[in-house]
Formats: sequence, C-alpha cells, structure tokens
Amino acid sequence: MMAEAGLAALWLATAFALLQLVLAAVGVAIAMRTEAAELARGVVHVSARETASELMRAVRPVAVVQGVLVVVAFAALVAVFVSSDMSVLLVVDNSHSLKPLIYKIAGTWGNHEGSMLLWVMVLGLAGAFVALAERSLDAKTLTATLGAQALIALGFYAYLAFASNPFTRINPAPADGNGLNPLLQDPGLAFHPPTLYLGYVGLSVAFSFAVGALVTREVGPRFARAMRPWALGAWILLTIGITAGSYWAYYELGWGGWWFWDPTENASLMPWLAATALLHSVTVLATRDGLRAWTIMLAVVAFSMSMVGTFLVRSGVLVSVHAFAVDPTRGTFLLGLLALYIGGALLLFGARIGTVTAGTTFELVSREAGLVLNNLLLSVVLGIVLIGTIYPVIAQAMGVQLSIGPPFFNKTAGPIALVLMIALAGGPLLRWRRDSARTLGRRMLVPMGASALALLVLLIAAPGIGLMPLLGLMLAPGLAVGSVMPLVGRNLLRTPLYIWGMVIAHVGVAVAVAGMASDTAFTRERLVALHVGDSTDVGPFQVTLKSIAPALGANWSALEAELVVAERGSSFTLKPQQRFFSAPPQVTNESAIKTLWNGQLYTVLGREDAGRWQLRLWWKPFVTLIWAGGGMIAIGGMVSLLGRLRRERRVAKRQLPAEALA
Amino acid sequence: MKAKNQRLALIGAALVALIAAVLLAMSALKDQAAFYYKPSDVATQSPPVGKAVRLGGMVEKGSIRKQPDGVTIDFVVTDGVAKTPVRFTGVTPDLFREGSGVVAEGQFQGDRSFVASNLLAKHDERYMPPDAPGKRPKSETAAQ
Repeated sequence: MMAEAGLAALWLATAFALLQLVLAAVGVAIAMRTEAAELARGVVHVSARETASELMRAVRPVAVVQGVLVVVAFAALVAVFVSSDMSVLLVVDNSHSLKPLIYKIAGTWGNHEGSMLLWVMVLGLAGAFVALAERSLDAKTLTATLGAQALIALGFYAYLAFASNPFTRINPAPADGNGLNPLLQDPGLAFHPPTLYLGYVGLSVAFSFAVGALVTREVGPRFARAMRPWALGAWILLTIGITAGSYWAYYELGWGGWWFWDPTENASLMPWLAATALLHSVTVLATRDGLRAWTIMLAVVAFSMSMVGTFLVRSGVLVSVHAFAVDPTRGTFLLGLLALYIGGALLLFGARIGTVTAGTTFELVSREAGLVLNNLLLSVVLGIVLIGTIYPVIAQAMGVQLSIGPPFFNKTAGPIALVLMIALAGGPLLRWRRDSARTLGRRMLVPMGASALALLVLLIAAPGIGLMPLLGLMLAPGLAVGSVMPLVGRNLLRTPLYIWGMVIAHVGVAVAVAGMASDTAFTRERLVALHVGDSTDVGPFQVTLKSIAPALGANWSALEAELVVAERGSSFTLKPQQRFFSAPPQVTNESAIKTLWNGQLYTVLGREDAGRWQLRLWWKPFVTLIWAGGGMIAIGGMVSLLGRLRRERRVAKRQLPAEALA
Repeated sequence: MKAKNQRLALIGAALVALIAAVLLAMSALKDQAAFYYKPSDVATQSPPVGKAVRLGGMVEKGSIRKQPDGVTIDFVVTDGVAKTPVRFTGVTPDLFREGSGVVAEGQFQGDRSFVASNLLAKHDERYMPPDAPGKRPKSETAAQ
C-alpha cells in the first residue's frame, strides 16, 4: 500500500505543478498585457487587473501543496525502505533486511530512482519555501518565478513517471534484497548526496528568479537581492558537498588522493564554479545596479551546469563509482530535458535581453572590474573542466575510446587558478566604481611582501618541490594577508557580517590552496609487504606491524592490522582493516588515519601473500588544510548569508509601513 | 565609458575568455588525452611509448605472477585475440582477479609490455570493459 500511496502522491504533485504553471503563465500574461494596454491608452482596466492578481495569488498555495505532496511521496519511499518491503523492485536491488537502519534510510537515495525522487522533493520544497517566504519581490516577477519552478519540476516528474519509477512492484517478491554497495555504506553517504542536491536545486531557484525577471523585464537590484540568498545558499551547500565528498573519497577509497578529476566530481565542481561567479556578479547588480545581462546569463549557466551534472551522473554515459544508470532511454530523456531547459532559457535570454537596458557603468580599475575579472577567470576554468569532462563522451560517440585524467586538468585549470588567486587578493582592496592603479599597487605591497617572504623561505627550506606547489605555497600567504586587509582600519565590532563572511571565505581559499600544494609537494609514500613483527618507515615515522586479528561488525567481518607507529619517543596505534561484506559479496579496504597537528598518517592494509601483508602508508603534511579551507569557505558563506538576510529584513521592515500607506 | 561601449567591452571580454578556454583545453587534449587500447590494438598498431594510456581486457587465467618484493605482480591482459603482459606495483583492487575484466592505467614500454600505475576493476559487477569477449553490456543484450 505504501508504495501505491507514494506513487499517487507523486502523480498529484505532478498535477499541482501543471496547475501552478498554467495559473502563473495566464496570470502573468494577463497582468502584463493589461499594463501595456493601460500604458498605451491611459485607462485603468480594473476587472482585468483583478483577474490577473487573483490568478497570481492562487499560485502561492498551489506551490506549497505541490511541495507537501512530493515530500509525502519521498516519505513513502523511505518507509518502504525502512520496512524492507521486498515486493518493491528498488528495495530488492538496493537494500537488505539485515542492514543497519541508517543505511536502510540512506539507501533510499543511494540509487538512481531514489536519488531522482530526492531531487524533485528538494525542488518542490524550495518552490514551497519561495512561495511562503519571499516578500520583497513584486507579485508578477515572483509568480513568473514560481511558474518557471513548476516547469522545471514537471520535466522531472515526467522523468520519474516514465523512465525511473521508484515504486515499481516485483512479483513474486524475493526473500531478501541484494544489499547496498559496501562503499556506499558510510555515514558520508547519508549527507553527501542530499547536500549536493540541495545546492543543485538552489541554483534552479536562482535560475527561476532569472527567468521570472526576464519575463517581466524587472532585471535590477530588487531582483538581485531576492535571488542572492538562493545563489549564496546553493553555493554554500555545493561547497559543503564538494568538501565532504572529497574527504569521503579520501578516506573511503583508500587511494590516498582527495580529488581524482572523476567526471562525477567535475559534475559537482562545474555548478560550483558557475555559482561562485554568479554570487560575485549578483553583488554588483544588487549594490551597484551593474552587470544586469551578465548576471542573468550566469544564472542560466549555473543551472545548466547543475543539469549537465545531473545528466552526466544519472544518464549512464559515464562509467564511474557513482554512475548507476545503465538504461539508454534515461540518458535520452535527461538529454531532452537538458536541451529543453537550456535551449528555452537561452531563447528567452536572446529575445528579452535587448529590452534590459545597460546598468550603471564603471571604470577599468574598480571593484566591479575586479569582479568581472574574477568571473572571466572562473568561466575559463569552468570551460576547461566542461570540455575535459564531456570530450571523452563525444569521442566515444565518434568511436574513439579515451579518457581525460588529472594531467589534463592540472596543466590547464591549475595555472588559471593561480592567476585567480592573485585577482582574489587584489579585488577586495579596490573601491567601487572607480579606483586608481597606483593606490591598488600600494595596497598590494603587503600581500606581495608576504608572498616574497614565503618564496624565500621555500627556496631555502624546501628546494626542488616543483613549480606548481611552489607557486601555490608562495601565493597562499599573500592571499591570506590580502584577504584580511579589508578589515584593517575598521571597527571590528561594527564591521558588517557580509564583510566578515568575505574575509573568512577568501582566507579559506588560501588555506585550502596551501593544503593542496603541501600535499603535492611533501607527501611521502611507502608500499611494502611485511611479516608480523617487521617494521618500515615513512616520513618521520617508524611503523611496526604488530599483529593481524579478525574483527566483526554488524554486516561485515574483517581482518584488522595493528600498526604501532613511533615518532621521536611517542607512539600510537592504527588499525586499518580489510572488510568482507556478504550482501553484496565484496571486499573493501578500510583505511586508518591518524590526524596530527601537522598532517595525517594514512594507512591501508592490502593483501596477504606467503605470510607477508601488503601495507600502503602515506605521510601527508598539512593535507587537512584542504578540508579546513573548504570548511572556512562554507562558513564564510554562511556568515555572509546571515548578514544579508538580517539586513534585508531590516530594509523590509522599514519599507512595509511606507507601502501600507501608499 | 558609455553604457553601450561597456556592454560591448564585456561581451568582447567574455568571448576572449571563452576562446582562450577552448584553445587551452584543445591544445592540452592533444597531449593529455589517455587513449584506450585493447591487446589486439597493440598487436596491429605500435602503441605510444611513455604516454599515459589505458589498457582494457580480461585478466588471463593462471597468468598472475607475484614478485619477491610482495607488492609487485605481473599478469597478462587478453581480449581473446591478442595478449599484453602487464606489471603493476601496489594494492590490487577488490574485484581484481583472474578471468575478470580490468582497465589498467599506465604506459607502454618499448617492448610493447605495459606498466600500470593504477588498476580499475569496476565496483559494479555488471561492468564490462568495452568489446570484451563472451559477455556484452546488459543494455545491448536486451536489444538483441
């Protein structure tokens, strides 16, 4: 029954999305036509105005109901998984009655159909939230925005209904399920995909705002201030998702790497790059009323990238840890949706952008220009990552098998990222509208001094570490110093939160880059086969294989190595495992990691052969800075979001009485 | 600067950035794209030496030889037509075993043998390296 209830809720949600779209489209169309007619003839059409506003007022509750219905559908699927209902095909394929409860729940979205349902649930919730909470935008633009949301949702409802129904029954029902891939049985899975999806969906809301503003021709600071929290929120969630995903891959895969330029990783990086550009340009639009068309375009690009990401991961064109789907109709369907949304948005952009007048201008040396430079560099990186990610797919379609790996991305995106760091240090030191190159140069002296000092120290203390890590470690201190400088001379208690947010996020970039460069430059690796009792050394540590013993978990058994690690008198123990899962039958390497103040010791237990055990050991100095930096970037975003929301509320409070009088 | 000129300048800058990205990516693709080889390709055409490529096929039964250091193995990859000897140093992935599919990342040596820096045995047991003999990917079987 539960599965049928879920399916019914899903169909009802679809119907409400259709209603939402029709009401919004008709309402906005009547309102705009009435306004144009009134303007032309100088009369007031009271009845037409009322019809339009009644239609538009109905859109909000419809959006809320749609959100509630899709939550019900998702809850039904979770219930089916929790009760291990083996008459539902999806549960059979992806769950097992013996699995711990948390992985039964997480298993709901650890598969193709379930994750798509999660996608639309978040989309529906976001739509409901916009309908309930958005107060500053004019009714027409808001209604058009909700209409665009409904259109996006409809595509995904259709996709679920026709190509990925999560509630399909199986008859006869098997005794038990196939289980969840052991690699995915990890606390990281419970939070990593939902976070990314929230980010993707946040970008779809930003996109809907952009479509709404294009439809009603209201591209200005007001629209920018309504869209900004969504762009910022989406960006924060993507940052968290990417950082957490990177750490998950680092400790779970046991390969010692934190970024593999895997297509699915790129699928989350590309929307992040676009969102980063978007949230910087939307600031120019909100505060200076500049970069109007540019910001709209970035909103389109950011959403397109999250669609491309969804397509790449979900269509099965990629072979990867994450790519579950193998059904070619799904790929075709998703590609169709992708073409429809992006093509439609670009058409609307082309048709309407001529009527969006240019905003306020600025000089070549100004904060705005700095932000344009930031946008351009991010776009170049985005373009490179996009080409590197989809090129193998295109080549395969033409009959050539190839893959694009880290060397390509490191050689192309790496240098541009370093240039971006320089722009990042200088940008916040510029004044809005107009500044002089000479004063910028003077302000940049301190960060440049920090970088010069870092270079000197590196050349003496660590010669021969390679050009890219050297540049990274040299630029990071300069960027950190430059990022803090906007605080100099301010009353720190009175400094607005969004400036604190910017400073924290920018310092976070410096911290993360320092971690990446340090990992590349200083990592020591050791691969050995040891008898029990033997020792080896890696970096400053001496590692002894003390014993091998069996261990037991809820749904796995394991062989566990006891490694005694000694360093200058002190010692500690690490216990890497080889885990054997029974459903599905699979062996995984559970790495054991010791985090010290100056880095991580990373150990993996390999195979046994003739009494010797393979051990893979890494000493990774300051590798933790990568995720610490990622965390700082996300926290900076949150602080900034908090500051913006507070300010908006204050402004709204001040405006409300005035509007009530008028 | 006038508003119209500014917009033109921005469009110009965006186009330059776009073209730069494409050119940079294309030039790097020429050097860095790792092409995919099967043992039969190696037999008919001479593979590039010292360039990052991928080799895919099945691990031949009975071909895995362990080296004295305990972490290096030699094995043979076959596609049913030809065979290529491979050497790998490291911890082999969980699903790596004789008679199952493997994709090796690494470089060809002068003698047409292959040194792998990484082995991929796909986590999905339904995964098959393209054009492997015997089995076909699920979707194609369904179409036949």
